[in-house]
Amino acid sequence: MEKEDDLFVPRQVTTEENFAPGHRACIGCGEALAVRYVCKALGKNVIIVTATGCIEIFSSLLPQTSWQVAWIHTLFENVAAVMSGIESAYKVRVRKGKIPDKNVKFVGFGGDGATTDIGLQALSGAMERGHDFLYVCYDNEAYMNTGIQRSSSTPYGAWTTTAPVGKKSSIGQVTWKKNMPEIAVAHNIPYVATACPSYPLDLMAKVKRGAEMDGPAYIHILSVCPTGWRSPTNITIELGRLAVETGVFPLYEVINGEYNLSVDLPDLKPIREYLKKQGRFKHLNDDTIATIQTRVEEEYVKLREKAGVK
Amino acid sequence: MTKGKIVGLEGSFAVAEAVRMANTDVIAAYPITPQTHIVERLSEMVADGDLDANFICVESEHSAMSACVGASAAGARVFTCSAGQGLELMHEVLYIPSSMRLPVVAVAANRALSAPLSVWCDHSDVMALRDISWIQMFAENNQQAFDLTTCAYRIAEDKEVLFPTMVHIDGFYLSHVIEDMVLPEEEVVAGFIPDYEHPFVLDPDKPVSMGCYGPPFIYPETKKAQDVAFDNTRPKIQAIWDEFGEIFGRHYVPVESYKMDGARIALLTMGSCSETAMLAVDELREAGVDVGLIRLRLWRPFPFTELREAVKDLDLLVVLDRAISFGMGGPVCSELKSALYNKREDLKIVGFIGGLGGRDIPISDFKYMVTQAQEKVKAIERGEEVETEIIGVREGGGR
Repeated sequence: MEKEDDLFVPRQVTTEENFAPGHRACIGCGEALAVRYVCKALGKNVIIVTATGCIEIFSSLLPQTSWQVAWIHTLFENVAAVMSGIESAYKVRVRKGKIPDKNVKFVGFGGDGATTDIGLQALSGAMERGHDFLYVCYDNEAYMNTGIQRSSSTPYGAWTTTAPVGKKSSIGQVTWKKNMPEIAVAHNIPYVATACPSYPLDLMAKVKRGAEMDGPAYIHILSVCPTGWRSPTNITIELGRLAVETGVFPLYEVINGEYNLSVDLPDLKPIREYLKKQGRFKHLNDDTIATIQTRVEEEYVKLREKAGVK
Repeated sequence: MTKGKIVGLEGSFAVAEAVRMANTDVIAAYPITPQTHIVERLSEMVADGDLDANFICVESEHSAMSACVGASAAGARVFTCSAGQGLELMHEVLYIPSSMRLPVVAVAANRALSAPLSVWCDHSDVMALRDISWIQMFAENNQQAFDLTTCAYRIAEDKEVLFPTMVHIDGFYLSHVIEDMVLPEEEVVAGFIPDYEHPFVLDPDKPVSMGCYGPPFIYPETKKAQDVAFDNTRPKIQAIWDEFGEIFGRHYVPVESYKMDGARIALLTMGSCSETAMLAVDELREAGVDVGLIRLRLWRPFPFTELREAVKDLDLLVVLDRAISFGMGGPVCSELKSALYNKREDLKIVGFIGGLGGRDIPISDFKYMVTQAQEKVKAIERGEEVETEIIGVREGGGR
């Protein structure tokens, strides 16, 4: 986060691409960027499981693949369960002397739908059982692959195709975003973090920490989606920063139950700066924006209290 | 030929013994009646150190099969078991190991489907699994439950097969009934099932992409490849059963016959009720009826050749279904008609449905079916519409 970091960034990030270019993601896709950073941080000694969603569609169209590491996709809601099987198979095969122990990392990827909605049960089960894996949710706040339908991770007031702005109901999404990182924390797992590709060094450091942790680790990544958010494709990084600077998406870690803010912002930018750059919020009136502002501030205060920041 | 020792075992325990002797690596399962004794016994074996496996106590059957897929893709020998609603919840995932050629072995303790809730046996759950591209076979007793589960590993993992394999044992009738059976020596079973080595596994040193996305320009080719490969498993299944027979002295074929010499009429059954049907055939034979019994051992891939051979001298085939295809009749009967159409146009096929939700099928019901089927043939010949009869059901108003 320090200014001087900029000088050293090229040396801190490997030029190795484990998630190869040439895939079919939309221009300005924050998710593809997040996956690329996660794969850079993980290196080659990994087995990755992904859920059905944009990522599978744009990265694995037969007979081509962007995955330069061992990778499997099966279904939408079962990433954590498939991961449980892979991790268990590896451990038992090592124990029986069938393969050498090379400290392989097991990483699951799911979008917000695959994580907070349809795959939540499988993820909860895998976290409760204590498998040694890292789960990465790349959250673009709706079912983007099927055409921008609302999920439980869609923020209050956002337009989606199944939470439309109508004549009778004019707000769009009328529920507040499910707090998935807190649900992960409630499983008493050793590592939970939030990240955003607008802060690549922070993201990669968290991926490394999560992957090294013994037991389940969970990282929730905000992934700007210009297609679904109705935002210009050249401001993906800026929007990610604004999400953090307005307090909409705070960056923090919870290591063995202890909260740490990765970026502490005593003075949050007004939420309006974040909302006004996105077409999905353009219908919101001042009252609704004020409601969102209040909620964001309240949540941020709660988080700072957990992190022991006054 | 190996002898083994005679023991009294529940069908569930017989299956657990087969899983243990196969030195299974990963078990992922969720408890459901009447499959529970299998998972309980396996848990004990793992806890006592008698089986060096990782038992993943998953939170649903959907996750059970998903974990099996992951473990198999990572190179482990895997097992799961379920029943009824569990197989239905697992249903979406069942297509994955067969499409990805992962040799998962499963046992289904067959159970009826809700509603109303029923934990008891019928084949409604099996009939929902007809198109999943799993090799599927039926056991009639606990010995077969052990033998076929043992063979399932060999079949599934054979390099010329590589399809998941499911053994059906009737819930309660086999899963909870203690019978005497021969338990072979462990070393002999171990020799019969060599170490599993899948040609493509998830390995960071040799990365592969599994489960890529298939648009219209390639999806049909992948499905035809799967269909051809699945069809081609038939000779290999028989070869493995033959090898099993040579070592263990018990021989299996896709379509089994009982007292079919000179038979003009045959009953056709699957699963545990076949042994009751044998008793009915014995009694009918004594009464001078030229009747025999055909049992489908192999359900998928469907044994067309063996079935046609079995019915070649028959005038009448009487089929018992333990499930209803609503609006269609008995699913097995429909499939048999389809399999024999254009081959035996003179053969009359009459279907009955019975044994739903654990209702017993006594000997008298089988005898009734044979008698009644002959009456129905007369009606068919008169050009009347003959509906599938559901037997052993109380009818009419009042009490």
